[in-house]
Amino acid sequence: MLEVKDLHVTAEGTEILKGLSLTVKAGEVHAIMGPNGAGKSTLSAVIAGKGGYEVTKGSITFEGQDVLEMEIEERAQAGLLLGFQYPVEIPGVKNVYLLKAALNAQRAARGQDDIPAPEFMKLIKERLAQMKMAASFLQRAVNEGFSGGEKKRNEILQMLVLQPKLAMLDEIDSGLDIDAMRVVADGINSLRAEDRSILLVTHYQRLLDFVVPDKVHVLVDGRIAKSGDAELARELEARGYEWVQEESAA
Amino acid sequence: MATEEMEQLVRREYKEGFVTDIESDTVPPGLDESTIEFISMKKGEPDWMLEWRLKAYHQWLKMTPPSWAHLDYPPIDYQAISYFSAPKRDEDRPQSLDEVDPKLLETYEKLGIPLHERAALAGVAVDAVFDSVSVTTTFREKLYEAGVIFCSMSEAIHDYPELIKQYLGTVVPQGDNYFAALNSAVFTDGSFVFVPEGVTCPMELSTYFRINEANTGQFERTLIICEKQAQVSYLEGCTAPMRDENQLHAAVVELVALEDAYIKYSTVQNWYPGDEDGKGGIYNFVTKRGDCRGDRSRISWTQVETGSAITWKYPSCMLRGKDSIGEFYSVAVTNGRQQADTGTKMIHIGEGTRSYIVSKGIAAGRSNQSYRGLVKVGPRAKGARNFTQCDSLLIGDTCGAHTFPYQEIGNSTATVEHEATTSTIGEDQLFYCQSRGISEEDAVSMIVNGFCKDVFQELPMEFAVEAEALLGVTLEGAVG
Repeated sequence: MLEVKDLHVTAEGTEILKGLSLTVKAGEVHAIMGPNGAGKSTLSAVIAGKGGYEVTKGSITFEGQDVLEMEIEERAQAGLLLGFQYPVEIPGVKNVYLLKAALNAQRAARGQDDIPAPEFMKLIKERLAQMKMAASFLQRAVNEGFSGGEKKRNEILQMLVLQPKLAMLDEIDSGLDIDAMRVVADGINSLRAEDRSILLVTHYQRLLDFVVPDKVHVLVDGRIAKSGDAELARELEARGYEWVQEESAA
Repeated sequence: MATEEMEQLVRREYKEGFVTDIESDTVPPGLDESTIEFISMKKGEPDWMLEWRLKAYHQWLKMTPPSWAHLDYPPIDYQAISYFSAPKRDEDRPQSLDEVDPKLLETYEKLGIPLHERAALAGVAVDAVFDSVSVTTTFREKLYEAGVIFCSMSEAIHDYPELIKQYLGTVVPQGDNYFAALNSAVFTDGSFVFVPEGVTCPMELSTYFRINEANTGQFERTLIICEKQAQVSYLEGCTAPMRDENQLHAAVVELVALEDAYIKYSTVQNWYPGDEDGKGGIYNFVTKRGDCRGDRSRISWTQVETGSAITWKYPSCMLRGKDSIGEFYSVAVTNGRQQADTGTKMIHIGEGTRSYIVSKGIAAGRSNQSYRGLVKVGPRAKGARNFTQCDSLLIGDTCGAHTFPYQEIGNSTATVEHEATTSTIGEDQLFYCQSRGISEEDAVSMIVNGFCKDVFQELPMEFAVEAEALLGVTLEGAVG
């Protein structure tokens, strides 16, 4: 589904990713872990098309399409969706409006008509309930005045509504208390499907107790230094990142 | 609607002193007493009206154009302007939409304007557009039953001379400012509204319904009077870009609210802004003022300004009546090379008067805009209160937004608050929306509409929907 090959990325003159390769197959959940500053967030940002990064070498393909040639919105329309670590506030724009506009933009890209209003409301109500969010969320401005936990839940809500093929979640667990973590994890687990892949970017193993990944990768100094299964995450939790760094330097 | 009825309606307009002989109704460029006499004669006006115009003209001669605004334009040659031009003959207009600039039609399409209205707006010959006449007729009947007068200024001068004598120029005197004096001397037409005591106007009044009587644009004069406990909501303009060959527009709008009256005046202005270099765009120098003459009266201005090459406009309220309220909600959008210097004046004269100002400015391209607001509290205005919120949003780094708040407080019991913010449209906001599959243009439009929400919610419903679409069209190509 997603194929990243020998990816080199610089930002403001500094090389952050230095030859990263990654293959994610349909139905798999991958976790990208690593120490701060290793380039974890850069990877998902570059896949989603965020500005300020320069790809100097390598390729990203998604279902055979060259992602680097696509506009940001085209990537989302193709089914690549990024959940933000710090979702931005958009004053005056209601949550429900953003959700509907996004859903309809994606439908339009697939040649479908706008979703009929009753169908949309039904869908939204189900998803809200799933994320344990009150209906009043819909009428609030996007992320404005939301607590950290509310923002993260809102990101997952968008995923549940937009149903991407590849969901990338950037530090979705940061700033969550244990209850919110459970709700978010349940949301992510409900996204798991044979035809959908999930890429979790996280610093801590905590989330992976709830969302058990198929593969775990340790990102050190712009490259994947070690890959393994869920057991690797637990090992990292117990031993920290240093031994991987030393191993990869050796 | 039957053809005879239509013809009757058209004839009636002429009879009321519009123009009788279209062929000969032109005057060469230039302005002197004889020009004004010609206009007054052509309109069949009574002597007192001519005298009123001449008095304005003599005041204008002694005045100089204002230079304090943050605007840059070459001096206007007032002798090069033709001050009276009859409506275009049908033969000279486009005969069908096929002859209209496709770009203009494309814009109408985007704004969702119905087909027959597109024709009217694009200036297509009458036959094609008279669907709206039936609307106009039923509309007039309904107003007549309620006792509301809504007619052209020309008609009002003939049919209601006492009201005109009593109110015209009492809010904006002939010598108020350079452009108002010019307007008073040469105004060609406009709207007149009178809502008698205790009547709430049964519908929103709109210049839109007067589209077939248009071509009064250049020096328009509007007078709206609400007697005690009367209410009216008036909509001026239209979201569609208006064709007009006159570069200088100097309108005057006067509102009078007596005790407990409420006037809500909403404007959507979308005159031609000129080409990419700003050439050929409309200069819009407007004087709008409301007089809260009676106790507990209320006047509310809501404006969405997106057009014109240059906008010079400060809808104001004179808060004379005790506990009267003045409101100003404004969205000004400039793109390309547009310049706008706009804002409001709230003059607190009576006790317990309140004013509320919300101004949202959006600048893109190489445009420049200023908010200029005066809050003045007189010595008798005990307990007066004002709240001003003034926000600017910049798109790109070649545009400018400026805020000039003036406060003259002559009373220690007054409360005046001013909040101002300037922000740029965030890359991260755009990225957030785009990464959900929304195109960049739609994302800009969404973010800007969110920014303007406080003002849009003051607009009458259908106007608000149009205004949102309009913002999107105005800001097309503003990013990227």
